[in-house]
This record gives sequence, C-alpha cells and structure tokens, in this order.
Amino acid sequence: MLKISLDKLDKLFEAIAASQTLYIPADREDGAAEYRKYESGMKLSNKLNTLRSAKDFFFPQTENLVDFKMEGKNIDVIDVREESEDFVIFGVRACDARSFTILDKVFLAEPVDSYYKNRRDHSTVVTMACTRPAETCFCGTFGIDASAPEGDAACFSDGENLFFEAHNEKGQKFIDSISSLLEEGNTSKLDDVREKTRDILKKLPLANLSTDNFGGDKLNEYFNSDKWGELSESCLGCGTCTFVCPTCQCYDIKDFNTGHGIKRFRCWDSCMYSDFTKMAHGNPRLTQLERFRQRFMHKLVYFPANNNGEFGCVGCGRCLSKCPISMNIVKVMKALEVK
Amino acid sequence: MQEAMINKAKQLLADGTVNRVIGWKRGEFAYDITPAVFESAEELDSEFVYDDFTSANVSKYLVKECKKEGRILAFLKPCDTYSFNQLIKEHRVVRENVYIVGIPGGPKLDAEKIKAKGITGILGVKNENYTLKIDTVYGEETMPFYEAILDKCASCKSKKHVVYDELIGEDGDVLDSNRFDMVEKLENMSAQERYDFWREQLSKCIRCNACRNVCPACTCEKCVFDNPNSGVENKAPADSFEENMFHIIRAFHVAGRCTDCGECSRVCPQNIPLHLLNRKFIKDINSLYGEYQAGEDTTSRAPLNDYNKDDCEASIVHERGVE
Repeated sequence: MLKISLDKLDKLFEAIAASQTLYIPADREDGAAEYRKYESGMKLSNKLNTLRSAKDFFFPQTENLVDFKMEGKNIDVIDVREESEDFVIFGVRACDARSFTILDKVFLAEPVDSYYKNRRDHSTVVTMACTRPAETCFCGTFGIDASAPEGDAACFSDGENLFFEAHNEKGQKFIDSISSLLEEGNTSKLDDVREKTRDILKKLPLANLSTDNFGGDKLNEYFNSDKWGELSESCLGCGTCTFVCPTCQCYDIKDFNTGHGIKRFRCWDSCMYSDFTKMAHGNPRLTQLERFRQRFMHKLVYFPANNNGEFGCVGCGRCLSKCPISMNIVKVMKALEVK
Repeated sequence: MQEAMINKAKQLLADGTVNRVIGWKRGEFAYDITPAVFESAEELDSEFVYDDFTSANVSKYLVKECKKEGRILAFLKPCDTYSFNQLIKEHRVVRENVYIVGIPGGPKLDAEKIKAKGITGILGVKNENYTLKIDTVYGEETMPFYEAILDKCASCKSKKHVVYDELIGEDGDVLDSNRFDMVEKLENMSAQERYDFWREQLSKCIRCNACRNVCPACTCEKCVFDNPNSGVENKAPADSFEENMFHIIRAFHVAGRCTDCGECSRVCPQNIPLHLLNRKFIKDINSLYGEYQAGEDTTSRAPLNDYNKDDCEASIVHERGVE
C-alpha cells in the first residue's frame, strides 16, 4: 500500500493545495475541530470529529438560489449559479462519508438539485479511518465500519505512516497527483491498528444498538406510539440536533427584499422549529411532540421507506454530545422499540 | 443526596402534597442527563438521578408545568431558585402550583471539559476526593474534579436559595464571586480588540436558538425571531453582522431580568461565551443604578423598569461609548 510518513503531512497538504483548494479538520482556539481551508503551517486536528459535520461543503447553511431585479414593470431573473472550483476534503470520517451517500439520495434524485450536484461533482472526498472512537459513536448500527471508511479515497494511520487506498477513478486521480510523495509501505503494523480499532468498536456502549426493529414498514406502530409524549417532554425546540447532524437535509426557501429586487435563498430548516413547513393554512405540526416525532420518524421510518431500507442516520454521535437536554436518537430507539 | 431526594419525593407524592415531580433522568452514559417529570415512586426509583452531571436548570419548564392539573414538586439548586423567583416576579409561573424543595447545588461537571483532555470512550465517572476516576474503553483516566466543572459553576454567585418551601441540607450564602473578571478584561481591551473578540465568537453561531430556548428569561409565547410576520424573523441572516446582532438584541431583551444562571453558555453547541454579554449588562446596571440581582426577590422594582430622579442620564451611554 502506498504511504507517507506522518511527519511529512505538511508536504502532502502543500502539494494538494498547490493544485486545488484543500479543506482539513483543524483545531479552533476553543479546542473544537472544524473544517478549514488549508493554509501553510495548518495542522491536522487529532480530534475524532469536527463539531459541525462535513455536509456544509455540499449543503451550506445558506445559499442564494436566484435573483430578481425589478425595473418598472420588468423583472429580470438572474441565475446566480457559478461553476464550483475543484476541491479536496481531507480527513472525513466514515460516518460523514456515508452521510454524503444519504444526501445524494435526496439531492441527486430527479429532479436533480443542480446547486448540490455542482459542488459534489467538483469535490474529492478523502476519508480517514478512525482509531479512537468515542462512547457516543454508533456508526456500526448503520453498517458503517469506522476502520474502513468510504469516500473517493481513504487513508489509514498506523501512528507513524498514512496509507492510501483509492475507491474510484476520482480517488485514483487524487493518489496519482501526490504519488511523487508516496512510497510503497509495509502494512503489518496498520493491520494491528485496524484490528485493535475493531475490538474497541465492539466494546463501545452502543455497539449492540440495532435497527432490526425499525424501517419503512413500521409506520403505524411507531407513529402512534404513546412514548412520544414522554420523549419529547423536555425538548427545548432548539435546532442543535438538526444543525450538527450530517444527514438532516430540510431547508426553507425565502425571499429577501433588497429594495431593488429579490434575492431568493435557501437556508437550513429544523423540524424542531415552530414554523417548520408552515403553510398558508397554518402549521401541520402543532406541538413539540409532533415536531420531535417528525425528526425521528424521518430517520428511522420515512427515509428507509423511500430509500430501499437505508436509514437517515450514520451514528456520528454529534447529537448525543450536543443536545442541551441530552435527548437523542439512541434514547428514542431504545424507548420506542417494539420487538 | 439522591436518596434523600427520592425519599422526599415519594413522601410528598404519597401524602398528596404534589402529583408530579420534576427532576433529572439517567441517560446512556455517565453524563447525558435529561430533565424529566416523574409521576410514581417506581419511576423515581428506577430513573431519578441527582449527581455531578445534573446541571440543567429546570425552572423554565415550570412555566408550562404549573399550568397543569395539581401541584408539582421541583428540586431547585440555588441558581435555579433565582430563575424561578424572577419568573414569579414576571407573573410567568403560579407559585402555589409548585412545591419547591431547595437542594445544594454544584459545582457540576462539564462532560465537554473531560473530553477536551482527550479522554474518550467514557464508560463511567467517579468523584473520589475531588479526583475524577474515569473508566473508559481505553483504560482508566484521572483528572482533577475542579478542572472539569462547568464555567457557570466556576464563578458561582450564590449558594443561597431565594425561594423554597423546604430545604434538604443547609442553606448557603451569597458568594463574592469572580464573575465579572472576564467582563473587566473585555472592557480593558481597545474597541477594535473587543470588536474582533466578539466577531470571532459570534461568527461561530449556527443559529440553533438553544441559548434562547433554554433561557428562563426568554418566555415570550412567540419570539419575534420566529414570527414570519414580525419583519425581523431571520432563520438565515442577510450577512454575518446581522447574525451577530441576534445575540446582542437578545442580551438587551433580558437585561435586568437575567439572573446569570449561565445556561446559555452551557448549552451552546459552538462554545460561545454568551453569558459574558449578560454579565456586561449586569455589571453596568450595578454601576449605573446600584447593586441589583435579578431573581433575588419578587417585589422590588427592577432598575430598568423604574424611574428615579437621580438615575444616570442617558448621555452616559454615549460618553462611555467614545474612546
């Protein structure tokens, strides 16, 4: 397997960034990791994951869709789309990598979302295998192997070297582009590291969480469950879970009046919010119970119903750490589950 | 303490003083505690928890709970009693419908601070003589208790319960806290440095509204920022400056009513020190109108709701703004 010594990471990043924009997880001043545009000297974070998910690259929190310019009775419709530049996202974890597959099912299905597709087409996703998963991790529940992430190309660390593996043409092209820095390396230590990681994954507290009793055919029994009241009781109705979630994909489209015309934009929406899907007649979900139920039904029942059984969660654990009242999909699954 | 609380709750349920209990429920891990309402002795026995991680302030839930049938037992920590008292003052809660048992407060732990030390795979956390013994899938780790406490507890303002029906344990005193130290540091910065500080902090905001929704002073039935008809509703800001303004406007709205419970900063998923905005207002109110602690009582007139001839002139704001 091709490898580079970890102490030459700077050279690797310089080489990638010389030909296209590179984003890597880097530490903020407060210690949290976030994706940042690579600049010379920037260090790769050793945190397990970024605070915000990687979905922002393809589905940003806000984006302009179209402008309308008004002059007298004339309205000009201005297409604001621009061809995205090529970019590399480096160090994506297995959970976030799978989230792209899930988002693809939403945004690349007919009618294709050209804004999303534009960025997706111009990206190369280079993933990084996990070696120190956290107690909040449960990607295995959704069939994800944290020690073997998807993505266009993947890399694996054995503590001294970083090994590369291409998964498709794009990934191969990426590896070719840095091949002058790589050399053939022995993977025996890496094999040990991966074995160890798999052992740890089995020991995690959520290792046995299963989706067996969820899916598209469970609509009525879960929708009408009497557990929702208790589960949603202390929900604050904030959007934290939805905004840190790598798979939450709901958005709102709004018009901003510039005084000379309209900027039509879309922004992330949250089913937890009181005006979510509000229509002329009002809001179909009147209380927090219904809004709360929507989020989990979407991930555990509606999404698999419409996507050949694929669940709308990747077990990244961000909502488990970030919910202000520590209510989350794991607690919901455990409380709801009808065997 | 937990056992004494469960026994007290069972007794009050059994003798009919209350029909529900609001407290905290155990989670999947050592630290993921959820506020919850309990209705029976069985529920209390199996799920009620009070430990180093039960930091959530349950006062705001009482706005809704006190409107339900019967009376609810609320276990309030000293800081939570200030929030509840302020809600009484603002006529947001029905005092008679809540039976308050004051309990000793923190310092409470912040799981994020443990994780920030690189400790992960956490299976259990034990406090042994103020050293945390943390059991993880990677082996046992230790860290000093006081390095893992919540910021809000590190600058605790009071161990005194300002409202209660009875207490478990002894009441404490108002403390001489260091809570304005960081505000002073910000005040001593140049305008540009301060501006840069806040721009950097507030630009992290993802507009999840957790700070607002957890805030016991934010109890409007419908927030203007959620109302599409208000003209200022902004699910997405027009620019990053507008985004920053949300927090400043919110801090103004709760000025003189914020008890400094610190929940805004505790829940912020982006670690923005929002409480510093509120503390700046508290400090200013103290210096301009005399010492005032929101939530300390239910009868006094709040400085910003009151007029005295010797109040400072509005121009002082203008003067102070010039450097």
